[in-house]
Amino acid sequence: MLSESDIGAIVLTLKLAGTTTALLLVLGTPLAWWLARTQSRWKNPVAVVVALPLVLPPTVLGFYLLLLMGPNGPVGKLTQALGIGLLPFSFTGLVVASVLYSMPFVVQPLQNAFEAVHESLLEAAATLRASPLDTFRHVVLPLARSGFATAAILGFAHTVGEFGVVLMVGGNIPNETRVMSVQIYDHVEALRYDNAHWLAASMVLFSLVVLWALYSKRAPGAFRV
Amino acid sequence: MSDAGLHAQLALAFDKFSLQVDLQLPRSGFTVLFGRSGCGKTTLLRCLAGLQRAQGTLRWKDTLWQDERHFVPTHLRPLSYVFQEPRLFPHLDVKGNLEFGFRRVPGNERRIRMEEAIQWLGVESLLQQRPESLSGGQRQRVAIARALLTSPQILLMDEPLASLDLDSKLDILPYLEKLRSHLDIPVIYVTHAPDEMARLAEHLVLMENGRVRAQGQLNDLLTHIDLPLLHQLDASAVINVTVDHHDPHYHLSHVAVPGGFLTVAYNELPAGSRSRVRILARDVSIALEPTHHSSISNCLPCCIIDISEDRDPARVIVRLNLGGEVILSRITRRSVDMLGLHPGQLVYAQIKAVALMN
Repeated sequence: MLSESDIGAIVLTLKLAGTTTALLLVLGTPLAWWLARTQSRWKNPVAVVVALPLVLPPTVLGFYLLLLMGPNGPVGKLTQALGIGLLPFSFTGLVVASVLYSMPFVVQPLQNAFEAVHESLLEAAATLRASPLDTFRHVVLPLARSGFATAAILGFAHTVGEFGVVLMVGGNIPNETRVMSVQIYDHVEALRYDNAHWLAASMVLFSLVVLWALYSKRAPGAFRV
Repeated sequence: MSDAGLHAQLALAFDKFSLQVDLQLPRSGFTVLFGRSGCGKTTLLRCLAGLQRAQGTLRWKDTLWQDERHFVPTHLRPLSYVFQEPRLFPHLDVKGNLEFGFRRVPGNERRIRMEEAIQWLGVESLLQQRPESLSGGQRQRVAIARALLTSPQILLMDEPLASLDLDSKLDILPYLEKLRSHLDIPVIYVTHAPDEMARLAEHLVLMENGRVRAQGQLNDLLTHIDLPLLHQLDASAVINVTVDHHDPHYHLSHVAVPGGFLTVAYNELPAGSRSRVRILARDVSIALEPTHHSSISNCLPCCIIDISEDRDPARVIVRLNLGGEVILSRITRRSVDMLGLHPGQLVYAQIKAVALMN
């Protein structure tokens, strides 16, 4: 059965994934919109940086984040000066790392969805007295709805599944940074296979449900109400 | 022009194309921007709407829309735009599309009611449908109704019929004519189709290579000796007529023109109503005497204004004064010599075919 510390790890994981997804939707929407519409020469460099976590080993990302946010890193100095303290080995640090790590999984589906909204509809809205913000709210958002669903599901699921970054940046503090994947690792290290099974199986189930949701959303007609 | 509505001095340069216009357009009536594909008429319309930004100044009545420092964005200009493609919002049904612009106009600025627009464009039965389930013609009617429902001070239309098949075109033209006669909204209408131009225009702006070649009343430009319209294969004159009476027995109608009466195909217009006829130059021949023994029933006295060369070396274009209106006749040079035609001469125009446009 699940132990108390297992439950703690699950709750912490959901909290981390939820916070990260919410932040990513807020930050990723304007970024994805800019990437979808801009003709700036900065478009590709920015897109590359956003996509970097797709190819980097998570430990590499975690390693640099640890240095950046550590006592001698620029971010660490800033957070100390602001009285926030140091971010590594804290829940906040995990959120920061997860946001960067899961960024492409949210930004890219949003960008694709925004690019699919044809410029001609935005022009039509402008000739019907809708301001750019009004157009975004009432034309772009409804048309990109399925992109938002995909982005949220992928961002959430990817954060739940992360291990390397968490271990590097968060360590293994119960109820603070010990998420499910780390907990499973601990169980296996201590040869507590029974406990590992329970958590691992629930992760498999979770992943199946998420993928099922994604794939059924792509079924024909699913975009219409 | 003191009563100018739009006053545009705009310039825009692309790689191979430049637009440069200084244009004053009337504040009422149907203005057609006419020219070949690529002459810049659509670009000009987009610049007027603020969808594209040109250099220069743009003024609507007393309001500045654009100069070196200011640029009023499209959504703050009291205009509406009908695009070549309907551009209906796919996530809204027809009613939602109609309400989109309507809701964004303050109540006290609404001059066109929802029911009015729905009825004018005959979209009652479509309200609950999704755009993708409509035919091309239906979509464009919805788009026109949607544009009207913002109660625009000026309506811009960019080849609204160009993407439609012939049946849908013929389906929509009457609605456009109804707009012209029922609504006191100036319309700027872009087209490269001579028949649409002839049917709809009151004021005509002729564009060539990004410049305005000429502008003026429709028939003045159609029959202007220095303009290319006169030499097109379908060179024609468009004159206003009044329906006089109908002849149900022969299924014909008689309409009054400045110089007499014309017989046209039977129509449903009540006597006294005004319409226009298009007379193609190739359908007009010239006789020295009124003809009574001919199957051509339309024969009107007129006076030769001048005779000019045509693209075809065998033919000439004769401009005729028909009670103050100018009509065109394309005949052979040989006929001119045989009949001894010369300017100032009184002759009879035999008109083989007249199309009443409504």
